Amino acid sequence: MADAPTPRAARRGAIRLGQRLDRLTFGAALAIGAVVGVSLLVLPSVIVVMTSFTSGYSLKFPPPGYSARWYQALFLDSPEIIDAFILSLKLAASATVISTLFSTAGALALARNPARWARLLDAALMSPLMLPSLALGLGILMLFNLAGQGLSFTTLLIGHIAICSPYILRTASASYAQLDPVLLDCSFSLGASRWHTFVRVELPAILPGIATGAFISFMVSLDNVAMSLFLSDARSEVLPIRLWHIIEDSLDVRAAAASGALIAATLILLLVMEKVAGISRHMK
Amino acid sequence: MHTRGNRWLLMPLAAFFVLFVVAPLGLVLGVSLYTDASMGSMGAVQYVKFLGDPFNRQILLETLAQALGAVVLSMAFGYPIAYLYTLLTRGWQRILLFAILLPMLTSSVVRTFAWVVILGREGLINQLALGAGWVEQPLKLLYTQGAVLVAVSQIEMPMMILPLISSLGAIDSRLLDASKALGAGRWRTFIRVILPLSVPGLLAGALLVFAAAASAFVTQTLVGGGRLMFMPFYIYQQAIQSQDYPFAASIAMILLATVLVVVVAINTLGRRSRGFVHG
Repeated sequence: MADAPTPRAARRGAIRLGQRLDRLTFGAALAIGAVVGVSLLVLPSVIVVMTSFTSGYSLKFPPPGYSARWYQALFLDSPEIIDAFILSLKLAASATVISTLFSTAGALALARNPARWARLLDAALMSPLMLPSLALGLGILMLFNLAGQGLSFTTLLIGHIAICSPYILRTASASYAQLDPVLLDCSFSLGASRWHTFVRVELPAILPGIATGAFISFMVSLDNVAMSLFLSDARSEVLPIRLWHIIEDSLDVRAAAASGALIAATLILLLVMEKVAGISRHMK
Repeated sequence: MHTRGNRWLLMPLAAFFVLFVVAPLGLVLGVSLYTDASMGSMGAVQYVKFLGDPFNRQILLETLAQALGAVVLSMAFGYPIAYLYTLLTRGWQRILLFAILLPMLTSSVVRTFAWVVILGREGLINQLALGAGWVEQPLKLLYTQGAVLVAVSQIEMPMMILPLISSLGAIDSRLLDASKALGAGRWRTFIRVILPLSVPGLLAGALLVFAAAASAFVTQTLVGGGRLMFMPFYIYQQAIQSQDYPFAASIAMILLATVLVVVVAINTLGRRSRGFVHG
């Protein structure tokens, strides 16, 4: 009796096999997809960092040997890259501070306002995130030309504020919208003034959102090429444009060292900001 | 209640926006309507000039095709990562999130440079292919359409993954239990339940990736080289190198309009899909 399987048992066996196959193929597909995806995310940065420590004169990968010579060349004999970096830092910091002030104030007025004009204005203010920044850069350049205004640090700063402020508006609005309005009523009914309520209740609640936006804005400004191409004067060259020229013209290995340094700086800043403001919660 | 008194807080941002976003874009539109670089008379000549020339139409189509291709590729490679994220424990989720955020925040010049190294004559791919004996001569990988597509897709991938993670995370896990209890296997549950419910995330990601890929100036110029032309560089070239502001402005308007049409289309789809998910 035991050796001849009944049709029912055979069917159950086939179903179990099908289930196992289903689970197996799905698991395999997910594993392959995840390994390929995560490699695509991580490997390019790893390859840049490895290349930056090459002992050779070219961007050969894997490098023939390892040394820190290109970092030495970068930090000791490349004043034009260092100058560009300092200019970029100044620009990113200024653009972020001004954008933070403008956008935080804007978020306080807009985020909890359900009126139609407020929603439309909010969408309009976010639009620079979607627009081709070269089109906007060209427009701002023509505006300054029309006004007879020569290019300077200020013109560059204005272009950067235009693209940075939406990021802060977005994160500040999101965290302000989550603030429980009951807290404000409590504060008012306990006799706190408008200003006192802002400083003691609202600001602490939205500060992580503002910090996240400010961090993104700083990195966006540091990265921006489109605005800077149109709006910087002949003497001032920002870091991404300097690197863009180096990579386009000569494939100098110092570009790898500069890239490695930027990756390290981004990683450190990301970890610090996560510790201070828990930014990853606000970026999903 | 208190929002009314807050309106003045909007003034600096709104004023800045009108002066330095609305006015410049209006100016681009205005200048694009001049007939020649001396800006004497007006007419839609620049648009006729652009759209009448097959060379220009090719640039527009290739820019669009690149951006749409980047949307598709970033979905294909980003989806498994976002799905993986939902299966991980808290600690591993944090690590994966950092792996997504770090490249997103790293300068795009640096990320583009990575592809120059990978695809170069002595780069990773050529070393592997030569080492394995598949090719005799190093392949010319840089400065091709395919290279730009792959590089742009990889660079914009985090913009696809982040909205997907939040949309996958919002799926009610009881639906998955129900699907399983009703006898559906992994694939069936994925295709019939998870995938449809993640459409809002896919569309939100598509929006961000498309907009970014259509104006990925740095990657297009460095990985594409001088011979491949895309709309963003075309704007720059006509404005700065040829000093033909009306023509540059018309290219900018055409790019702007194209991006806007696609963004509005995706947005409309997105609104419908959200109705589908919650209703």
